[in-house]
Amino acid sequence: MKKLFSRTKSLRNISTHYCPGCGHGIAHRLVAEAIDELKVRQNTIGIAPVGCAVVAYDYWDFDCCEAAHGRALAVATAIKRVHPQKLVFTYQGDGDLAAIGTNETIHAANRGENLSVIFINNAVYGMTGGQMAPTTLAGQKTATTPLGRNTQTEGYPLKISEMLALLPGVKYVERVSLHSPLMVRKAKQAVLEAFRNQINGVGFSLVEILSPCPTYWQLSPVQSLKWIEEVMVKEFPIGRIK
Amino acid sequence: MKKILLSGNDAIAKGAMDSGCRFYAGYPITPQNELTAYMGLHMPQEKGVFIQAESEVAAINMVFGASAAGALAMTSSSSPGISLKQEGISYIAGAELPAVIVNIMRGGPGLGNIWPAQSDYWQATRGGGHGDYHCLVLAPSSVQEAYDFMFKAFSLADQYRNPVMILGDGMLGQMMEPVSVLEAKNRKPSTENRAPKTWALTGCRGRNPNIVKSFYLHPGELEKFNLELQIKYTKIVKNEQQFESLYLDDAEIILVAYGTMARIVKDALKKLRLAGYKVGLIRPITLWPFPKNIFNSLTRKPVNSLTFLAIEMSYGQMVDDVSLAVNGRSPVEFIGRSGGGILSVGEIIKKVKSIVNK
Repeated sequence: MKKLFSRTKSLRNISTHYCPGCGHGIAHRLVAEAIDELKVRQNTIGIAPVGCAVVAYDYWDFDCCEAAHGRALAVATAIKRVHPQKLVFTYQGDGDLAAIGTNETIHAANRGENLSVIFINNAVYGMTGGQMAPTTLAGQKTATTPLGRNTQTEGYPLKISEMLALLPGVKYVERVSLHSPLMVRKAKQAVLEAFRNQINGVGFSLVEILSPCPTYWQLSPVQSLKWIEEVMVKEFPIGRIK
Repeated sequence: MKKILLSGNDAIAKGAMDSGCRFYAGYPITPQNELTAYMGLHMPQEKGVFIQAESEVAAINMVFGASAAGALAMTSSSSPGISLKQEGISYIAGAELPAVIVNIMRGGPGLGNIWPAQSDYWQATRGGGHGDYHCLVLAPSSVQEAYDFMFKAFSLADQYRNPVMILGDGMLGQMMEPVSVLEAKNRKPSTENRAPKTWALTGCRGRNPNIVKSFYLHPGELEKFNLELQIKYTKIVKNEQQFESLYLDDAEIILVAYGTMARIVKDALKKLRLAGYKVGLIRPITLWPFPKNIFNSLTRKPVNSLTFLAIEMSYGQMVDDVSLAVNGRSPVEFIGRSGGGILSVGEIIKKVKSIVNK
């Protein structure tokens, strides 16, 4: 009998610590499926962030490295320079990539490092208890913006993907979402493209994934997906940016 | 062996490359810029990696990544920049990665100035970043040692899977001296004869995946890991204490100084000896582990027949370790200047005479 479907090899057979309705489980799987499809599991080095996905290396079944909060792209830069033939990617949240790690992000992109970045945007700090992220929407209530983000004092949602797309060293930027099965399939294609780009030596590629955080949005998992579809995409439009 | 004229900064860079280092990331800061520039020129010629990082923070995290990938990696900076690197150094210690960090010290605190100083001793020897850890710290006192100690630094880093710091100062970095250097045919990478880096990230072909991390979330895990680190540090304290000594047999006053300060102290010592003063010298070469065993072996009675005089380019940091090592058996005196002020031979002689005439 022909085998049509089986467990994703690059994912370990264990349950995750993520909250019900969290997008990280789906995003982890998309990364793992892409690596399996490209048959590069034994040639891959992933860099896990600090944040909810800090122990992503417990879920993926390939070589992985920790990075201090925000420093994933500095760590990735070095690993890729030491092993140019390996597939090296970072998996980072919005606080990690667009607040504390903005400097490392912009300069790795500007050097045109041949890396792939999976950027999870859930508009909030999850690990530390739902504080304002650089990508928190105007008016959005968080632990540190109890009255809603006030753009006069807390600034605007940071569109780092659009900023990065301006840099000549950046070759591919796409924003995708996890709010429906169709969107998940499109997200997978984007992850595959980011990895293929690196394998083909194209250069710096980034996929921003809009991902639900029901716990700190204080919505049900279903409401969270609806919130992405109806509210979040207005601030963060889906599609290819570069 | 051949002799060439090198500055301390160039000697450190050349020593690193001659001992097999092929990854350098750094950020400009005075007075260590020649080191970064040397690497920028020579690293690509030897097919190594040179990156001028966007910050000290990025540079140390690049060293973290390169070391995790199995490379012999280093960075260099000066005091304010080393403060920025402390987070990364703590992660390197926590992930048990070998790495070499060079601090060509300048005056502090704050932006301070660019003149030589030894006021980062506490930061270097007490860990510096967060958590229960130590860097091994080597203090070269000449440009020749600056070159030679790089071989030792990479070797110790690999052996113990631990960060090693070279603690120099602006004077050592900038001054030029003739240095015996290894000719290319005699160079051996420091990894030779060492265990292969089976823990390194190379892709999991033919083995289970490797994970490089310093995160131990579950109750009891971190305590167990920290205890393992302590066992390693105990071994380092037992095996790696290094120092130079002069005239310990008959000395009534033992001068204690390291690095550039020890050079000046040696001149003072010579003059004092010629004048009949019974002075000796202990020059710590490893600052961590501090060479406390030699102090333990110098117990004399009555206690005041022997005095230790710590001499530093700071207002008193190493003197703490001298006091801990002497442990009340003898008086410990101190003289130092800071903020770029450097004690002269005359000032040291005056201090010694004041102790004798007490």
